[in-house]
Amino acid sequence: MRPLSRRDALALGASGAALTLIGWGESASAAAKEAAEQIAKFTGGKTAEQGKVSIELPEIAENGNTVPLSVSVDAPMTADNYVSEILVVADGNPNPGVATFQFSPLAGKAEASTRIRLATTQNIIAIAKTSKGEFFTNQKLVKVTIGGCGG
Amino acid sequence: MAEKPRLKLPKEAKKGEMIEIKTLLPHIMESGQRKDKDGKTIPRKIINKFACEFNGKPVFTANLEPAIAANPYMQFHAKVEESGTFKFTWTDDDGTVTTAEENITVS
Repeated sequence: MRPLSRRDALALGASGAALTLIGWGESASAAAKEAAEQIAKFTGGKTAEQGKVSIELPEIAENGNTVPLSVSVDAPMTADNYVSEILVVADGNPNPGVATFQFSPLAGKAEASTRIRLATTQNIIAIAKTSKGEFFTNQKLVKVTIGGCGG
Repeated sequence: MAEKPRLKLPKEAKKGEMIEIKTLLPHIMESGQRKDKDGKTIPRKIINKFACEFNGKPVFTANLEPAIAANPYMQFHAKVEESGTFKFTWTDDDGTVTTAEENITVS
């Protein structure tokens, strides 16, 4: 269960742009904490090395309801050394989890694209795990004009 | 009930070629964050898992959260060494599984 205070703050945030501005500070920090927890769980507490991971996102997303996202990892994809997973989290969404992509060497390339929802301006963080147990990470700030969680 | 997924991938490829696969399933991806006009939260209903297999072997899997936009779109790659069949599966929160298949000839 998530703390009520954050949920309340987000419910407010979702109900109007003006309220989003008020509720943002609190919700963003709580979400960022949860995002950090998810990352720690994924890496098993290991520190991910900066780099190798590229995140493609618009710098400014006018509509947070559908934001194109592409993540890729500059790493080999051979049978004994490949990128097995990429975790993507958004540190300002009501639920920071976005997706976990799992690859087999058959994928040939550690790259995936999808479309995501962003409630507000925030960081997108991607962490890649290789079959050898190495972790790489990168992040990108995306500015959101109209949030995509309220409706 | 479930709508028909859309697939885009080549029908033919050369051995060892890296092909691009695009998929889309029409689906509301109800986030569980929205409220109806009476202020009640609309329950979450999303596709929580997408998987692609080639000749029964996993290629790409995605565990999806409500942060994935409506009509979940996935683009990824596969390296094909032999002719065969790609199988795609989408799993809904309510347990509904939508599947689609596409054959590829590798020469």
